[in-house]
Amino acid sequence: MSKEENKVNRRDFLFTASYTIGAVGLGAVIWPLVHQMNPDRAQQALATTEVDISQVQPGNSITVLWRGKPIFLKRRTPEEIAEARAVNLLDLPDPQKDEDRVKEGKDEWLVMIGVCTHLGCVPLKDKGDFNGWFCPCHGSHYDVSGRIRKGPAPTNMEIPKFEFVDSNIIKIG
Amino acid sequence: MKRSNIKSLLFIVTLLFVSTARLYSAGGEAKPLKVDWSFKGITGKFDRASLQRGFQVYKEVCSSCHSMQYLSYRNLGEVGGPEFSEQEVKAIAASIEITDGPNDQGEMFTRPGRPADKFKSPYPNVKASIAANGGAYPPDMSVLVKARPGGSNYIYSVLVGYEDPPEGVMLDDGVYYNKYMIGNKIKMASPLSDDIVEYSDGTQATIDQMAKDVTTFLTWAAEPELEERHRTGVKVIIYLILLTTLVYLSMKKIWSRVDTEV
Amino acid sequence: MSDHEYTPKSKAGKWFNDRLPLLTLGAHLTDYPTPKNLNYWWTFGGILTFCLLTQIITGIVLAMHYVAHADLAFASVEHIMRDVNYGWLIRYIHSNGASMFFLAVYIHIFRSLFYGSYKSPREVIWIIGLLIYLLMMAAAFMGYVLPWGQMSFWGATVITNLFSAIPLVGESITTWLWGAYSVDNPTLNRFFSLHYLIPFLILGLVVLHIWALHVPGNNNPVGIDIKKPSKDTVPFHPYITIKDAFALLMFMIIFAGFVFFSPNILGHSDNYIPANPLVTPAHIVPEWYLLPFYAILRSVPDKLGGVILMFGAIFILFVLPWLDTSKVRSAVFRPIYRQFYWIFVLDVLILGYMGAMPAEGIYLVLARIGTIYYFAHFIIVMPVVGLLEKTDPIPMSISEPVLTGGADPALARKDNEKI
Repeated sequence: MSKEENKVNRRDFLFTASYTIGAVGLGAVIWPLVHQMNPDRAQQALATTEVDISQVQPGNSITVLWRGKPIFLKRRTPEEIAEARAVNLLDLPDPQKDEDRVKEGKDEWLVMIGVCTHLGCVPLKDKGDFNGWFCPCHGSHYDVSGRIRKGPAPTNMEIPKFEFVDSNIIKIG
Repeated sequence: MKRSNIKSLLFIVTLLFVSTARLYSAGGEAKPLKVDWSFKGITGKFDRASLQRGFQVYKEVCSSCHSMQYLSYRNLGEVGGPEFSEQEVKAIAASIEITDGPNDQGEMFTRPGRPADKFKSPYPNVKASIAANGGAYPPDMSVLVKARPGGSNYIYSVLVGYEDPPEGVMLDDGVYYNKYMIGNKIKMASPLSDDIVEYSDGTQATIDQMAKDVTTFLTWAAEPELEERHRTGVKVIIYLILLTTLVYLSMKKIWSRVDTEV
Repeated sequence: MSDHEYTPKSKAGKWFNDRLPLLTLGAHLTDYPTPKNLNYWWTFGGILTFCLLTQIITGIVLAMHYVAHADLAFASVEHIMRDVNYGWLIRYIHSNGASMFFLAVYIHIFRSLFYGSYKSPREVIWIIGLLIYLLMMAAAFMGYVLPWGQMSFWGATVITNLFSAIPLVGESITTWLWGAYSVDNPTLNRFFSLHYLIPFLILGLVVLHIWALHVPGNNNPVGIDIKKPSKDTVPFHPYITIKDAFALLMFMIIFAGFVFFSPNILGHSDNYIPANPLVTPAHIVPEWYLLPFYAILRSVPDKLGGVILMFGAIFILFVLPWLDTSKVRSAVFRPIYRQFYWIFVLDVLILGYMGAMPAEGIYLVLARIGTIYYFAHFIIVMPVVGLLEKTDPIPMSISEPVLTGGADPALARKDNEKI
């Protein structure tokens, strides 16, 4: 390579290196500016909540707030469970077995996010044609397993991550 | 030549003048003692064990009067702090009764603390705190280290600085003499005495030891981001020096094209 | 500013440029002929632009988390410091960025004072610059109130109380400013709104500032007019862009030193005490960049007199182009003025130091001397020295002093030749 070419190559390398290292720095600067909008540590700390279910009688439900959304915790009677399991999956717009919506051995307890999957209203309990919930906004009917049966909602009410800390406490999230 | 010497001299004198402005102190208090803190300097870090001991001092000695309202129990487990384990944090939180509510009956109730809760204040509000402490407010300690000139050195000095007042200085009831406190008078009696706390790690709880530990803890409480800040700072400045060198060389290369460099 | 020769390379570029000539503007900025002898004091314009953008970006982000209510402000800042991802970093960049902004602006102004950049035909650039400086001080003052610490509250109280010195309407104006009967929540709210607004006003003025500059072109250390383009100029890109980048990086190293290793050293510890209307701090002090004016304010025993003199100290700068009678621009060739320049610098530093001290004893005496000298510099020194001074010979061109090793009197312009 001639001396001239060498010079040019070294110069281009220098400029390219400068631009590249500069771009890396720019990226490093942009990340905190973006990440600060993600949930902060206080929000993350409230990401789980524990609920005392010891006072809920069979057939009743309670509603708690989790991450700003209502959570329905319903303690179903044996009849309600049987009713849920008797449904033909082909009748369901969003087929899902009732067994898959509850924890094994704790079939009584239906824990779901009480937000209609249509446009986000909070359905009313013990209403509707299917012995479950009814959303007054646009007329979606949910059954005793929280599954959509009739109306514009596309999917069943969502089951959040939850677990039984002991037989009296459920931890959500 | 001579003129520029005078100029430089003027500048240096002025800079010295200006930089010493910070050390101005009004009264007769002594300058704070200097401690060789582990967290000082660009690679400073907190002594984990000291932080845990310091928290113990705060909890057992200070928290009965001083709130720390901007801290949450979960902070005690986060990286860069005392780094208690998750179980320890849960236990510390659960040992406190927190007021929560209203419940569905509209009443407030108490429950054991959770990591997400803020540190419980000893008094429901500032006025209650003042009334219970002879008209003086025990300041919240969340940022106390940053709120005093001299910072950690000052806090430490006050804690070890209690002594008898000098000749002729009269003190009202409930007022104590402190060598390093701004104004020399403080309405808090010396809070530390030897072995007032039994350290769980077996360290001898002398006044000096406790003062150092609780000051370390308070420094972390005021600046929990300190270690991350130092770490990031070192990386940033190394990066900037690297990029500056590259850009400097590029600049020299580009300007070499100009026939007369000015 | 007519670069009608520029044609975009692509068809799409040409289509767009015909409708909004941004590409022509870009070419103008790239090719803009800049004196090749600019020294590093000229890099602070670019640095200031960086500071403004940094403050705007970090400020907008902080505003996503800050709460402008007297009961919540202090806590919201602690929330940012402790919980918001990188909140501590963004907050410290913003608070130290304000100091860096003023450091840069003072160097920029003092460059202008030394090299005569305020003189004809650059008077409007200078005046726009002063308006930017005034807005900077307003924005910084209001920004400092937002954390609602002791200094925030009491600094706001002292400065807003100044307006009550105005005869007849002073009290009403002050109450109107406060929105209450003392500095309180309404004051905080409106300061937040205005603090968010002002940087964008500054941005607009900066555009005008640069536009006005591009008419005559940059001044230079030798202070002579140059033809552009010529062998005395270089295109702005890449010559000046790379030099500005280098200077900016050096500046950022200092900035990073403060942010990461001493983020509170330029502030006041009292501002980490929540605001208490019942307890006044022992010494109320503004941030360092406002200290010289604070010293001038307190040097006058009369309240109204102090206010008049403090604002006067800034307003006198506006008429500087007309107070300076010298035909020579750059202090490089003004041996007498140069001495007075450095004394003026010392005077401002002394005033700054006095602003941090209590207004009593020797400090007050020195502040008064400093204040008198400050005005004397503009009202007496500038006109008189300009008229009586025997200036050094001025070179004919920029390259000439370098090539010949000095300004050759034989080659110098005549004393009455316009530079």
